[in-house]
Amino acid sequence: MADTRVNLAGLDLDNPVIPASGTFGFGHEFSELYDLNILGSIALKGTTREPRFGNPTPRIAECTAGMINSVGLQNPGIEHVIAHELPELSKVFHKKVIANIGGFSVEEFTYCCALADRQEQIGIIELNISCPNLHCGGMNFAAAPDSAREVVTAVRKVTTKPLFVKLSPNVTDITEIARACENAGADGICLINTLLGMRIDLRRQKPVIANKMGGFSGPAIFPVALRAVYQVYEAVSVPLIGVGGISGAEDVIEMMLAGASAVEVGAANLVQPYVCKDIIESLPHVMDSYGIGSLREIIGKAH
Amino acid sequence: MTQEIFEITENRLIARDIYRLHLLGSTAAMSAQGQFVNIRLDGKFLRRPISVCCYDHESVTLIYKTVGAGTRQLAAMRAGEKLDMLVGLGNGFDVSKSGTSPLLIGGGVGAAPMYGLCRELVAQGKSVIVALGFNSAEESYYIDEFASAGAQVLLATVDGSAGVRGFVTKAMEALEYSYFYACGPMPMLEAVNSAVNTDGQFSFEERMGCGFGACMGCSCKTLTGSKRICRDGPVLEKGEILWPTHE
Ligand SMILES: Cc1cc2nc3c(=O)[nH]c(=O)nc-3n(C[C@H](O)[C@H](O)[C@H](O)COP(=O)(O)OP(=O)(O)OC[C@H]3O[C@@H](n4cnc5c(N)ncnc54)[C@H](O)[C@@H]3O)c2cc1C
Ligand SMILES: Cc1cc2nc3c(=O)[nH]c(=O)nc-3n(C[C@H](O)[C@H](O)[C@H](O)COP(=O)(O)O)c2cc1C
Ligand code: FES
Repeated sequence: MADTRVNLAGLDLDNPVIPASGTFGFGHEFSELYDLNILGSIALKGTTREPRFGNPTPRIAECTAGMINSVGLQNPGIEHVIAHELPELSKVFHKKVIANIGGFSVEEFTYCCALADRQEQIGIIELNISCPNLHCGGMNFAAAPDSAREVVTAVRKVTTKPLFVKLSPNVTDITEIARACENAGADGICLINTLLGMRIDLRRQKPVIANKMGGFSGPAIFPVALRAVYQVYEAVSVPLIGVGGISGAEDVIEMMLAGASAVEVGAANLVQPYVCKDIIESLPHVMDSYGIGSLREIIGKAH
Repeated sequence: MTQEIFEITENRLIARDIYRLHLLGSTAAMSAQGQFVNIRLDGKFLRRPISVCCYDHESVTLIYKTVGAGTRQLAAMRAGEKLDMLVGLGNGFDVSKSGTSPLLIGGGVGAAPMYGLCRELVAQGKSVIVALGFNSAEESYYIDEFASAGAQVLLATVDGSAGVRGFVTKAMEALEYSYFYACGPMPMLEAVNSAVNTDGQFSFEERMGCGFGACMGCSCKTLTGSKRICRDGPVLEKGEILWPTHE
């Protein structure tokens, strides 16, 4: 019998399949489709201190084997998430969740994480540091080791929960950012966030997206995500979550061979709403067909 | 919402660049006129949202215009082929507010969802007036179908090749009605908003990531807070809409 269980920085998961932040809301829409309890965990929509409307529309553009989004972290704010979204989700999902925290200043990150730290339901805090630092000329926190270290060091002081840092692929050397996070006390690294991309509408001869550029994701970015996981696996010793372009059980296995202890499935949920369920159901058969008895044993095996 | 496989029974050109697609499959998840489906097409990552023109317990009719690669690919599909669709999406029109003589306003491909709505309101005994606007006679469709459904039909074309010359608001001049429902391109909806003298509902379009409320790709600001066009819409009430400001 194929064993799909994995452990993520102390958290036991029945299987490594986790819907990625921003593609699963707070679970509500998908709970109408299938029993969410089959999932390993759920990464919630990126949450900030204040409620945010996000960017102007159009926010979505299509690409070959993928999409661009510029949602701009629309969310109801951490207080509302704790008071309403978590209790609602607990009615239909009985496992620990991953809170995805965004922020535009170090103080915003620590404020939100201190609140998240007190929530029993939250098993892991995932820091989305691919946001511009408004106090620092708008430079992305994930863009340099120093700014990444600064956020992680500050957040580490306010939470004892497993802390994962989600990195941006839009950097020269992702391994040095990952190392800085590990040194600052991160319990794991999640990679990757979206790639910066754009499309131009031929009829209007203007960018499709109102904000001109946005985050590119979907099957097209799988090789980029896999490469990042492979490289970072060799650079750090904390566990990794692999995310980017996953849409089938084979992708999960490939990502784990590269070094991921668990995976997140993003854009695929939006176009194939049953994709996580399908992956979880087919995983044991696909494992059998490759002679894999336990997923834990294949983590990083490609190295 | 459910994900269903539908079988194409007809896919036919009915006006310039306008096709009618008839499909067999489960419509159990559909609960109101004005809802939409989201269609998967081979080789396209995002699904294509299309309004339901009308439906019964085992079939649905869609009317679409070929504007890009996806809709052109759809137009090349034949009877017997299968389509993977998410169905029962969006809120749809609220018929309980129609009053006794509702006005249905449809522009271009936006006339399509008015057809199912028209039939439902006529079946409820309402005296339905339909105002349709097209670019030209060649692009017009369903004028006879609306009439045989029992509506009084008013027609406007931009080039004057059928009905009165001008926008659909021209056909609505001096009309009396109890409530209105409108669907069409954004400039038309704005013109309608200035022309109407009752409450009513508008159906909107936005670029969508999922079509079922998960991605926040389609949000718009309203007087009653942020709404997702795909889930809290596509139909919004006149009183809650914040129209774009033009500089
Ligand atoms: C709720 C809703 C109902 C709709 N109902 C109808 C209908 O009944 N009949 C009809 O002909 N059209 C309808 N549309 C518009 C239809 O979705 C687009 O014309 C279609 O997606 C274009 O696809 P394409 O591949 O041909 O064009 P492309 O321009 O190549 O498409 C590229 C991307 O942009 C998106 N896109 C392009 N135009 C639009 C648009 N106007 N609205 C939303 N997304 C768009 C596509 O879905 C795709 O993701 C509706 C749109 C929405 C949001
Ligand atoms: C619509 C959308 C919204 C997203 N929102 C967030 C977010 O709020 N926080 C975050 O860390 N990542 C966000 N992401 C990034 C995804 O979680 C994921 O890292 C990325 O899309 C790559 O995975 P994929 O190729 O499977 O989509 C979002 C992605 C999409 C498509
Ligand atoms: S399109 Fe995803 S929320 Fe509306």
